[in-house]
Amino acid sequence: MDMFISGITIFVLAIFVGFEIITKIPPTLHTPLMSGSNAISGITLVGALLSSGTQHTVTTTILGFSAVVFATINVVGGFMVTNRMLAMFKKKS
Amino acid sequence: MIDTLINLGYLISAALFIFGLKGLTHPRTAVRGNLLGATGMLLAVLITLADKHIVSFEVIIAGLVIGAAIGAILAIKIQMTAMPELVALFNGFGGIASVFVAGAALIETTLGGQVPIMQVTVATAASGFIGAVTLWGSLVAFGKLRGIINENALLFSGQQVINAILALLGLMLSAGIVLDPSSHLLYWLLVLVASILGVLLVIPIGGADMPVVVALLNSYSGLAAAATGFVLFNNVLIITGSLVGASGIILTQIMCKAMNRSLTNVLFGVLAPTGNSATADEVYTGKVKSATPEEVALLFDAARRVAIIPGYGMAVSQAQHPVANLATLLNERGIQVDYGVHPVAGRMPGHMNVLLAEADVPYESLKEMDQINMDIDQVDVALIIGANDVVNPLARTDPSSPIAGMPIIDVDKARTVVIIKRSLSPGFAGIPNPLFALDNSLMLFGDGKKMVLDIIAALKES
Repeated sequence: MDMFISGITIFVLAIFVGFEIITKIPPTLHTPLMSGSNAISGITLVGALLSSGTQHTVTTTILGFSAVVFATINVVGGFMVTNRMLAMFKKKS
Repeated sequence: MIDTLINLGYLISAALFIFGLKGLTHPRTAVRGNLLGATGMLLAVLITLADKHIVSFEVIIAGLVIGAAIGAILAIKIQMTAMPELVALFNGFGGIASVFVAGAALIETTLGGQVPIMQVTVATAASGFIGAVTLWGSLVAFGKLRGIINENALLFSGQQVINAILALLGLMLSAGIVLDPSSHLLYWLLVLVASILGVLLVIPIGGADMPVVVALLNSYSGLAAAATGFVLFNNVLIITGSLVGASGIILTQIMCKAMNRSLTNVLFGVLAPTGNSATADEVYTGKVKSATPEEVALLFDAARRVAIIPGYGMAVSQAQHPVANLATLLNERGIQVDYGVHPVAGRMPGHMNVLLAEADVPYESLKEMDQINMDIDQVDVALIIGANDVVNPLARTDPSSPIAGMPIIDVDKARTVVIIKRSLSPGFAGIPNPLFALDNSLMLFGDGKKMVLDIIAALKES
């Protein structure tokens, strides 16, 4: 129960932090914000690594492996495409 | 001891994600912000690999290599105009990863006949449910954006009832998982039900409402990750998931506000023109003036200030590069050129800005709606390319119109308005646009890219 309460506490506080930061992001950068937040939501990769590496059963290994693939696409693709977009935003020369 | 170190490492990762997002508050710091985020992710992955429960690395490495290769190819090959599709697809991948991780965790915890505590099973059900809705909702959104599925709103009777029944069924299956966590079949049934619900929720939503849906699914993918965090008791998943969840919700709100519609109206409502509005014939007949690119070039020659208002049509005809060239040409002749970007122009938040940035338009020239509206009456020529509903003055003048109250770019107040459009066909809202019939409006009928190129050619000749 304690862990659950501390988890909920973290969840709610992090939402507040998110609201504070994200309302300050200008509309110009909303597309990179979406692809970038997409990349960090690939954090599920952490869980996927554990499922595929602990190899409890064949099923969990397969599930873990698939999750690793999808989450990695998210992480690598997300950060790379965000970088590609952001590099295009230039100041007036 | 090692667990403490691992958790401290996760804390650093989470902090890096927050700094990364903070970097996105300005184009100058954004690239560095993104790199900070990527560093946080790398750190989280390396720490996880040090976990003593991991017995084999072959499967992990195979998965990482395959995923990284696919991700990199997608990121490098994708065209900027197709960015909404890619983001929709990535949202979906986040969802399916959560479904699989929660499913695997459920199997693991119940292996030795143990009974996981209730919070874990509730989180597992939530993870599977939100994850599957995100996956299938995103796939449908992807299909619509890509043109594989009909982009129009697809409505059938009893839609709401079916959705309610599916949601109820999902709740019952979730309760079943909580009561008997060892029956894994219930979990996969829940995923199935949520998948159908995900498809049905997005199918009825039409093209121009896609920015809202993509932002909302973005939020869901974050919430699914947070739920998985509760399953695994992993704080970095909870923190990151809630950051992404908050981000998606804020974008959803901004998009809804920019259309003066509530989220429920976007998700379940129908945009229908009301009976007493004027028909297209009444609005247009005898009043619409058509111009040639040469005439428009003459207008530009005499102008001192120009505002360009892009819409989804600019993305469709890939006209961003010619548009930017036209602006440079006008700049060289001492004409001030600004871009007025409506928040819902395009198919995702910020879509137009990215396209124009791709065409080397400096970000200082990209003006938000309120900024450009402030002195739009000083603008000599407003050039509208591929936008319709977001410049329709009916939003201000006709309270019975489906777009009544929607904030628009007030181009009708500019001295001259030039509209590049293929025909007089209505936009997403399905209503005629009196802007086209104004005394100071000129229509330039044709493909966006070709027309802009013709104007450039005419300018160079004069």
